[in-house]
Amino acid sequence: MQTVQSLLDGILMGGVYALAALGLSLIFGVLKITNFAHGAMMTIGMYTVYALCTGLGLNPYIALPIAIIFMFVLGFIIQRFLIKRIEQAPAHNQLLLTLGLAYIFENVILIIFSPNYKTISVGGFEKALHIGELTVAPAKLVAFCVVIVVTAAVYFLLYKTHIGKSIRAASQNDMGAKLMGIDVPNIRGIAFGIGVVCTGIAGGLLTPVMSFYPTLGESFQLKCFVIAVLGGMGNLWGALVSGLLIGVIESMSGYLLGGSWSDMIIYAVFILILFIRPTGLFGRRNRREN
Amino acid sequence: MKTNKLETVTLIILLSIAIVVPFFFGRYLLSVAISVLIMALLGQSWNIMSGYAGQFSFGHAAFFGIGAYSSSILYIDHGISPWIGMIVGMIIAALVGVLIGFLSFRYKLRGDFFALVTLAFAEILRVLFNNTKALKGAGGILIPYKTKWTEFQFASDRTFYFVLLAMVVAATVFIAVMSKRKFGICLVAIKENQDAAGALGVPVLKYKLIAMAISAAIAAMAGTFYAQYYGFIDPAIVFAASISVEAIVPCIIGGAGTLGGPLLGALIIIPLQEISNSIFEEVNGLNMIIYGTLIVIFVVFCRNGIYGRIIRKLKGAES
Repeated sequence: MQTVQSLLDGILMGGVYALAALGLSLIFGVLKITNFAHGAMMTIGMYTVYALCTGLGLNPYIALPIAIIFMFVLGFIIQRFLIKRIEQAPAHNQLLLTLGLAYIFENVILIIFSPNYKTISVGGFEKALHIGELTVAPAKLVAFCVVIVVTAAVYFLLYKTHIGKSIRAASQNDMGAKLMGIDVPNIRGIAFGIGVVCTGIAGGLLTPVMSFYPTLGESFQLKCFVIAVLGGMGNLWGALVSGLLIGVIESMSGYLLGGSWSDMIIYAVFILILFIRPTGLFGRRNRREN
Repeated sequence: MKTNKLETVTLIILLSIAIVVPFFFGRYLLSVAISVLIMALLGQSWNIMSGYAGQFSFGHAAFFGIGAYSSSILYIDHGISPWIGMIVGMIIAALVGVLIGFLSFRYKLRGDFFALVTLAFAEILRVLFNNTKALKGAGGILIPYKTKWTEFQFASDRTFYFVLLAMVVAATVFIAVMSKRKFGICLVAIKENQDAAGALGVPVLKYKLIAMAISAAIAAMAGTFYAQYYGFIDPAIVFAASISVEAIVPCIIGGAGTLGGPLLGALIIIPLQEISNSIFEEVNGLNMIIYGTLIVIFVVFCRNGIYGRIIRKLKGAES
């Protein structure tokens, strides 16, 4: 029973990982940017929800849509005013730029909100649900459902709308997209914004689940990369499936081996995937890379 | 004057200042100077592999940590002098560097994916050392204070300073010589265009691996110094991602792939952080905000770094 329990925990947590990684995957797939501020942006999502909850007394799930708008604007501005300037530079410059941003974000949060742990409690969510012998925190269940809805929404946006078509066109052939009259700079800004929103939602969904602090995002940073690479950079469903997979690997190895060994297994999987299948578990061999 | 000569003269003046200055420094300033030199040494290490050879490492903490742990474990458990431990650590780090490099290049990882692999390796080592009893676990290692020079411990911080200065000078002279020889020129060719360099007969894989080995060994040397000087290490300190960043940032600010860039970068960052720390004592995260802002500014507006920009200007004026 314990095994099934940790399997369930892994799946629920993996869903949230998947959403954060989805954003990263989108940003890498479309904009070719290795976003090292992704974890910090997740933390921004958490603290935005926290600020709305404590400042205006909102329920976190009502605060979430407002936070989404904020995250989108933030992402759009970062892309248009900073990242855009170095789009043509060697790849590691974008990595460094986002790393610098991560330091700034984390420490601005630290100064505003103090380094102390914060929690948000949601009325009616204090009691765990019991399904047979399994226990589930309601907030985790809600988070998982929201993840599924958001992933579907992002899929719809990317594949069924004009904006989505423009984003995909711009990612496939920059010049071609421009010639077809697509406003590529703004489209890139929007794509980055959507990526930031995904990780922001993931952060917001975690606020009722766990206590958080300004540098919490760092621990999700590398995990997001693992999931995004595992699923294939830019592959939405790949990110979802491998997010669940990583969640399960983490909770199962934590349960079987104990403690922080799970991190090591995840990183080892990561290195193996990068070596053997850099296009991800579900990706086709990509001839353009290398 | 030729740019190269000007560069040499400038560096020699800088060195003579560095030799004289500690005699006027108190305890605090000396410790700041040592922080500058540790960062400079890490920076020069990163500079070889990533600045010159263009293989962007985001995991130099792995080599730094190996250096710190090799000498400390040999010293604590077997009574072997850290001087010998340092050499052992450098060799192990070089081997690990070659292993990471060989696997990565064998599977044709480039750019950001290579950076991610080096980061993941450093993280794996951190978790491994954190959880392994034989490697002292999360508790780390406390090095007993003995002040015997044969055991890499000195009564005065000034001696520590000069030992470290000698290491930085050695690394810098090595790079200066390297960049004029065939090896260094080939590394730059690999950075600019690997396939073209290969087509012209540069042994790409071999040279990249040698660059990684040397770079890793220098980082390990910095690690041993760190352990001996501060007297305490644990996995969260020496394998931290922040150490990897500390190797990169002086190069970015000074100028990657230049001889004096990392030195200048370290000379700017550490004092700036110290000053901001002392002015805004109450505000906790401010020095990291300065750090981040510097990275952003230099990446966006001054990609060749200060030193790199000056050199380019001078070379431009020459021709």
